[in-house]
Amino acid sequence: MKSILSKRGKIIAAFIVLYLAVFILSFSIGRFPVGPAELIRILLSRMLPIEKTWTDQAESVVFIIRLPRILVASLVGMALAVSGHIFQIIFRNPMVSPDVLGCSAGAGFGASLALLYGLSGMGVSLSAFAMGLLAVLLVWKIGSAMRGNHILGLILSGIMISSIFQSGTSFVKLVADPDNELPAITYFLMGSLAGTGRDELRLIIVPMMAAVIPVLLLSWRLNILSLPEEEALSLGIPVRMIRAIAIASASLMTALTVAVAGMIGWVGLVIPHITRMTTGTDSRTSVPASMLLGAAFLTAVDTASRSITTSEIPIGILTSFIGAPFFLYLILKEGRQ
Amino acid sequence: MILTVDDISFGYGSRKILDGVFFTLESGCITSLIGRNGAGKTTLIKLMMGFLMPDAGKVLINGINSHDMKAEGRAKAIAYIPQYTSMVYKYSVLDSVLMGRAPHIMLFSHPKENDMEKALEALGMLGIEHLAKRPCDELSGGERQLMMIARALAQDAEILILDEPTASLDYPNQLLVMETISLLKTKGYSILFSTHSPEQALMVSDRIILLKMDGKAVSRAPEELMDGKELSELYGRKLCIAEIETGKGRRLVCVPE
Repeated sequence: MKSILSKRGKIIAAFIVLYLAVFILSFSIGRFPVGPAELIRILLSRMLPIEKTWTDQAESVVFIIRLPRILVASLVGMALAVSGHIFQIIFRNPMVSPDVLGCSAGAGFGASLALLYGLSGMGVSLSAFAMGLLAVLLVWKIGSAMRGNHILGLILSGIMISSIFQSGTSFVKLVADPDNELPAITYFLMGSLAGTGRDELRLIIVPMMAAVIPVLLLSWRLNILSLPEEEALSLGIPVRMIRAIAIASASLMTALTVAVAGMIGWVGLVIPHITRMTTGTDSRTSVPASMLLGAAFLTAVDTASRSITTSEIPIGILTSFIGAPFFLYLILKEGRQ
Repeated sequence: MILTVDDISFGYGSRKILDGVFFTLESGCITSLIGRNGAGKTTLIKLMMGFLMPDAGKVLINGINSHDMKAEGRAKAIAYIPQYTSMVYKYSVLDSVLMGRAPHIMLFSHPKENDMEKALEALGMLGIEHLAKRPCDELSGGERQLMMIARALAQDAEILILDEPTASLDYPNQLLVMETISLLKTKGYSILFSTHSPEQALMVSDRIILLKMDGKAVSRAPEELMDGKELSELYGRKLCIAEIETGKGRRLVCVPE
C-alpha cells in the first residue's frame, strides 16, 4: 500500500521537475537571455532581501515580458492537455480532444463573433465558452445517435460540427470591417502567444484554476466514468453530474485558451496519450501528470516559436507539425490491433 | 437483505417483454434466472438494477422501493456484474477492483488505506491476489470474470446480480465461476445469476426463475423440476432430469431426450 502511494508521488514529482526545468530554461533562451542563477535571484528578490546584482533591464524583462508569457503558455498548455484528457475519459474514446470534438472550432467562432460586436476580454471568453460548450454537446448528441462504431461516430460528427463552426467563423470574417475587425479576428485565431502578457494572464488564471480544481478532486471518479455507463451507475456514482462538471470544466478551459491564444491544435490529443504511456491509466496520477506535461510542452514549443527565427512562428503551426504525425501514428497503431 | 421483484411489467414500445413478474431473492440464497433468447433475462436484470424503469410494478429492497433510494444507497445493497465489460483504458486489476469502493467514498475524495485493504481482501477471497498489478486487458476470460466479481465484493453489497457470468467462458472457467458463486453463498451473499445452461441452474441454485416467452415467470426449487416437464416446456425440447451421485454429493443433470 505504502509503496503504491509513494510511487504515485514520485511520478508526479518527476513531472514537476520536468516542468520546472523547462520553465527555467525558457528564460535563458531568447533575445534577452536570463540565466538560471540570475532568474532565481530575481524571482526571490520579490520575497527575500537579496542584494541586487542584475540590471533593471533584466528585471523588467523577467517580470513584465517573459514571466507573464511563460505563465500564459504554461496555463494554455495545461488547459489543452487536461481538457483533452477529460474528453478522452468522458467519451470513453482515446482519439478525441478539444479540436476533434469541435470545441476549439466552436470557441473560435464564439470569439470571432464577440470581436465582430466589439467585445473584448471577458466578453470574448464567455462567448468562446458558450459556443465551445454548444459544439461539444452537439457532437456528443449526434455521435451517440450514430449506431455501430461509437469512436468513429464521435470523430465524424466532430469533423462535421467543426466544419459548420468554421464556416460560421468564415462568415463572420466576411462581414467584418476589413480595416479593423477582420485583421483582429484573423490574427486572433491564428494560434499564437506573441504579445501575450499580464492582461491575458489576469484574464485566465482565476477561471482556469476554478475549472481545474474540481477535476483534480474528481480524478479518481473519472476512472469510473470511463466504464460503460451502466457499470458506473451500478457503483452508485452520480454519472450525469460528474460528466456535466467535467465537460463544463474542459470546455471552459479550451475556450479560455482560444480567448488568449487562438486555436492551438493537437496538444489535447497528443499529451494525454504520452502521459498515459508513461504513468499508466489511473487518473489520480495521469490527470495531474497531463497538466504538467502539457504546460512543459507548450512552454517549450513557445520558446522555440519565439527563438527559431527572428520573426515569431505562430505556435499553432508548430504544434500541428508535431501533433499531426503523432495522430497518424495512433491511427496506424489502432488499425493494427 | 431481501430483494423483491413485485409484479413488474415492461415492454419496448408495443412489444411486451415482462408481464407481472413476481419473485423474491431470499437472503443467503442462490437464485438463477433461465429462459430462451429474448425472454427478457437481461431486461429483468436491468430493471432490478434500476437501469430501466418498469411500466408497472416495483423493485423492493428490504421493503423500500429501489427507485426511491439514492444511487449510493442502492449500490451499497446491490452489486452488478455485467455479461461483458469493455475497458477502453487498461487499468490494473487492483485499480479496477478499487472502483467497487465508490459508494463508500465521498464525492470529492479519493480511496483511503482501508479501501485499498478491502480491495485486496476481495481479491484474496477469490484467490487472485497475484493478479493485482496485471493490466486488465492481459487477463483470461475467467480471470476477468473473477476480477469483476472481486469488484462487486469490494462494494460491500449483500446482493450480487450477475448477467450470464459464464457466457463466452470455456468449460473449466464456467465451473470456476459456478464454484465461486457457491463459495459466495457460504459467505452470506445473496446471488442472482442468469444463464443459458439449465445444468448450471440445477447445479447451484436454491431457487430457479423460469422466464417464459409470454413474459410470465415462475419460481421453483430445483427438486420441483425433477419431472422435466416445465423445463421441456420452457425450452421447447423434451428434456430429462436425473440425479447422479458424483462421490462428493448428488447433482442434478439435464439431458435432451
